[in-house]
Amino acid sequence: MQLTLWSYEGPPHIGAMRIAASMEGVHLVLHAPQGDTYADLLFTMIERRGQRPPVSYTSFQARELGSDTAELVKSTIQAACDRFAPRVLLIGESCTAELIQDQPGALAQGMGLPIPVLSLELPAYTRKENWGANETFYQLVRGLLKSRVPAPGAERELRKAGARPLANLLGPSALGFRCRDDVVEVTRLLDSLGVDVNVVAPLGASPEDLLRLPEADFNVCLYPELADQTCLWLERMFGQRTVKTVPIGIGATRDFIAEVGRVAGIDVSATKEPIWSRMPWYSRSVDSTYLTGKRVFIFGDATHVVAAARIATEELGFTVVGLGTYAREFAREVREAAKRYGVEPLITDDYLDVEARVAEAHPELVLGTQMERHIAKRLGIPCAVVSAPVHIQDFPARYAPQMGFEGANVIFDTWVHPLMMGLEEHLITMFREDFEFHDGATPSHLGPGARTAHPSQERSLDTGSTAETAAATDENIMAWTSEAEQELKKIPFFVRGKARRNTERFAQERGILTITVETLYDAKAHFGR
Amino acid sequence: MVIRERGQRQVFCGLAGIVWLHRKIQDAFFLVVGSRTCAHLLQSAAGVMIFAEPRFATAILQERDLAGLADCNQELDRVAAEILERRPDIKTLFLVGSCPSEVIKLDLAKAAERLSAAYRGRVRVLDYSASGLETTFTQGEDACLMSLVPELPALADTERSLLVLGTLPDVVEDQFQRLFAELGIGPVHFLPPRRASEFPPVGRGTRLLLAQPFLGETARALQGRGATLLTAPYPFGIEGTLGWLRAAADAWGIASERLEAVTAPAVARAKLSLARQREALAGKRITFLPDSQLEIPIARFLSRECGMELVEVATPFLDRQLMEPELALLPTGVRLTEGQDVDLQLDRVRSDRPDLTVCGLGLANPLESEGLRTKWSIELVFTPVHGFDQAADLAELFARPLARGALLRV
Repeated sequence: MQLTLWSYEGPPHIGAMRIAASMEGVHLVLHAPQGDTYADLLFTMIERRGQRPPVSYTSFQARELGSDTAELVKSTIQAACDRFAPRVLLIGESCTAELIQDQPGALAQGMGLPIPVLSLELPAYTRKENWGANETFYQLVRGLLKSRVPAPGAERELRKAGARPLANLLGPSALGFRCRDDVVEVTRLLDSLGVDVNVVAPLGASPEDLLRLPEADFNVCLYPELADQTCLWLERMFGQRTVKTVPIGIGATRDFIAEVGRVAGIDVSATKEPIWSRMPWYSRSVDSTYLTGKRVFIFGDATHVVAAARIATEELGFTVVGLGTYAREFAREVREAAKRYGVEPLITDDYLDVEARVAEAHPELVLGTQMERHIAKRLGIPCAVVSAPVHIQDFPARYAPQMGFEGANVIFDTWVHPLMMGLEEHLITMFREDFEFHDGATPSHLGPGARTAHPSQERSLDTGSTAETAAATDENIMAWTSEAEQELKKIPFFVRGKARRNTERFAQERGILTITVETLYDAKAHFGR
Repeated sequence: MVIRERGQRQVFCGLAGIVWLHRKIQDAFFLVVGSRTCAHLLQSAAGVMIFAEPRFATAILQERDLAGLADCNQELDRVAAEILERRPDIKTLFLVGSCPSEVIKLDLAKAAERLSAAYRGRVRVLDYSASGLETTFTQGEDACLMSLVPELPALADTERSLLVLGTLPDVVEDQFQRLFAELGIGPVHFLPPRRASEFPPVGRGTRLLLAQPFLGETARALQGRGATLLTAPYPFGIEGTLGWLRAAADAWGIASERLEAVTAPAVARAKLSLARQREALAGKRITFLPDSQLEIPIARFLSRECGMELVEVATPFLDRQLMEPELALLPTGVRLTEGQDVDLQLDRVRSDRPDLTVCGLGLANPLESEGLRTKWSIELVFTPVHGFDQAADLAELFARPLARGALLRV
C-alpha cells in the first residue's frame, strides 16, 4: 500500500475518458461500480463543459456481484450504441472491475456490433492517467489506420510544388493543462511560418479525422505524455517525421521554429518575432532585476517541468534549486535537465517525498501542480501552477496559453505575481517592526491576510521542515543563542529558512555547538548569496 | 406508488461523505483503503481547497497487495503509524472501506481492532465501508456514524436524554440547542459530535431524533442499544421544524401551547422571510434527480411552503420507516422514483421541461446548455438549511438559479 495524501494522476481509465471526451463520435463503455461517475465532474465542472462526457458506466452494486455482471456489461454496451450511435466504441474497466474479471472487451467483440470496437487494457494497479491516455490514443490511431499502412519501401508522396506544408498537432486533450489555447497559439505560429494544420487530435477530432492523419507532411508532438507512442508509430508506418521541441518559453519557441523549418524543408530564417512578444523586454527591464537568483523549486509533468526550468534560468534569471516529475515514463528528460542545472532530480509520485524535498530546498518560489499549492501553503512559500493536475481556476475564461510568444507573456505574469514586489521587499528588509508591513503578512498586492494560519507552524515554516529538527541526533545538538535567534529574525522571511540551514551546516562542519550572532555572519560570508 | 428504476446511476459513492465529515469531527482522520480511483475522487471533490494539513488520505492498493505478496495487515499498520506520526493530534482514525478493498475481502474490522489495541489510550481506530458497491453518497455518513455506536458510553437506566442524529452545521446545532433549552428538554446530545472524543451516551432513556433522513442504519443500531426513535418529519421549513420539535416536546410531556409560545418569534421571522422567496417559486415546476435522500423532505417543503409543483421526485434509496411522516405530507399523485436509469430519466426531464431540475454536478452544466435551469444538489448537504431561521435560505437556494436565469442578458 502507498499512503497517498494527494495523487498526481488519476487511474488509467481517466486517461481513456480524456481521449473519448476530447473526440467526436467516440463512446467509451466503462465497467465500473456505482460512484465512479464522479469522473464526469472533471469535465462538466473543472473544465466547465456543457455536454456529458461520452461515457456509459455499468455502475454495478453489491447486489449485482452475486449475479451476472457480464450481462450488465452487454446491456450497457447495447444501450450506449442504440442511444448514442458512436462511430467507434471503446471498452474499458475501472480498478474494481479489473478485480472481478468479466472481460468486457471480449464480450463486446462477440456482440457483432457494426462499428470498430477497441478493447482497452488499462492495468489500474500499476499504471496511471497519462499512460492510460497515451495508450488509448495509440490504440485508437493504430486500430483505425493499420489497414492503410503502405507497403514497406513505398515512398511518401511529395507535396505539390508551391503547396504549403501540412502538420498534425498531436497530444492536446480534454483536461490537459491549457491545451485549448496552446492549440490556437501554435496554429497561429505555424501559419506565420507558412505551415497549415491538417488534423488536431485527439482534441476536437473525429474518427474520420484520424483517418486523414497520413495526409500531413509531419507531426508536431505537443504533449509527449499523451502522443509520443502515436507519433512514433506514424513515423514508422507512414514515414512522417516528428517535431519534438515543445514550444514553451521564448528559447524553446525559437528552437521549435527552427525545427519546423528543418522538418518541413522551408526557410524560416526571415521569421520575425511578433509585436506581442513582450516577455523578453519585461524580463530585461530594471524592475525585474530583483528576480535575479530567486531560488525556485519546479515539479510537475516532464514536459512542463523541463520547459519551466529553461525559462526560469535563461529567461527570468532564477536559480533552480529543485527539479522533479511524477511521470516515471519521462524521467530521463528530467534527469538530463537536472544535470544541466546541477540539482538532484526528484522522480516520484509520492506527494510526501515532494513535500520533504521542497522543505529541504528552502525555495523562494514553487512552480508546480495543484498539489504543490498544498505544500506551499503549509510552508508559507509563494507558488504558481505550471502543470496538471490543476483545478477549476486553471481552466480560465481568458486566452491563457503556455506555448508560443503569448504563452511566454502569460508565464511571466503568472510566475512573478506571487512574489513580493521589489519595493516592499527592500523596505521589509530595512524596517522590521512595521505594524502593517511585516514578515507574517502576505505580500500586500495579494490582498489581506496573514501568511501563516497557525502560530504552531511558525517553527516549521522558519526551519522549513519538521523532518530536519527530528533528524537531529544526540551528538550534534546545536543551540542558538537568543541573540542569534533574534538576529536571524531580521533576515527577510523568504530567505530565512535558507540562512538558518546554512548557518547550522557551517557550524556543524566546524564543530560549533553554540550558534552566536558571529557564527551567523561568518556563515553568511562563507556562503555568500 | 413508487416507480423502481435500475440501470446506470449518476451518483457519488459514500466516500464523498468524508468531504464534510472531516470538517465536522475535527480530531478525526479518514484513511480510505482503496485504489487510485478513490484517491482521485476525494481530491477532485475536495482538492480545490488548499490544505496545509489534509485530514484524509488513501492507502492505495498496489499489485503486491493484490497478489498476496505483501501482508495487507502489516501494510495497514505501517501506513497508520506513518499518519499518526505526522499528525499526533489525531484522536480517531477511521479506516474506510472501498469497492476494491471489499472485492478482495480485506477485513478492516479486524485491522481496526488490532490497531485500537496497539494505540490504546491515544487513538481510537474504527472502520466502516463507504464503497460504491454498498453506499450512495450520504449513506457514507450513515456508515461512519454507525461505526461510532458501539463506542458510545452507556446512559444510566434512570436517566433520559435527547440524541439528535446527523451532521448539522454548527450554527444550526446552536439554534436547536437554545430551543430545546427553552422548552426544558434535555440533556441534548448530538451525533456526530464536534470532537470524536466527546461521545454522547446512549441507553434506554435515550429519545432519538433524526436531523437527516439518510441515517437508517445508525438509527436502528441506536435502537439496538435501547434508544427510542421519535417519529417526525425532518426539520426543513416551518412545518417540518415544528413537527420535529413537537415529537421531542411530546416525549417530554410539554404542552403544545408551550411549544407554540417558545417557537413563535422564530416562526414569525421565518414566515416573513419565506414570503419573499415564495414569490419567486410559487407555481414553478421542479424535478429532483436522485442524490442524497434529502429529496422527499425538501420536495415536501417546496410544495407545501413555497407553492412549487412537483414533477418528479427521485431518491437513491427510500427508507419507508424513516420517510413515513414525510410521505404523508406529500401532495397526492406525485411521481416518486427510487433508484435510477440515468438516460431514461434524462429523457423524462427533457419531455417534462421543468422550471428547475435538482441534480448532481455531472449533469448540471449539460442540462443548462440544453436551456434547462438546474440547482446542483450537493449544495444541500453543504449549506445550513435546517430549522426555522434557515427556511428562507433553503428556499433561496432554489430561487437563486431562477433569479439568475432571469437576470442574465448574455
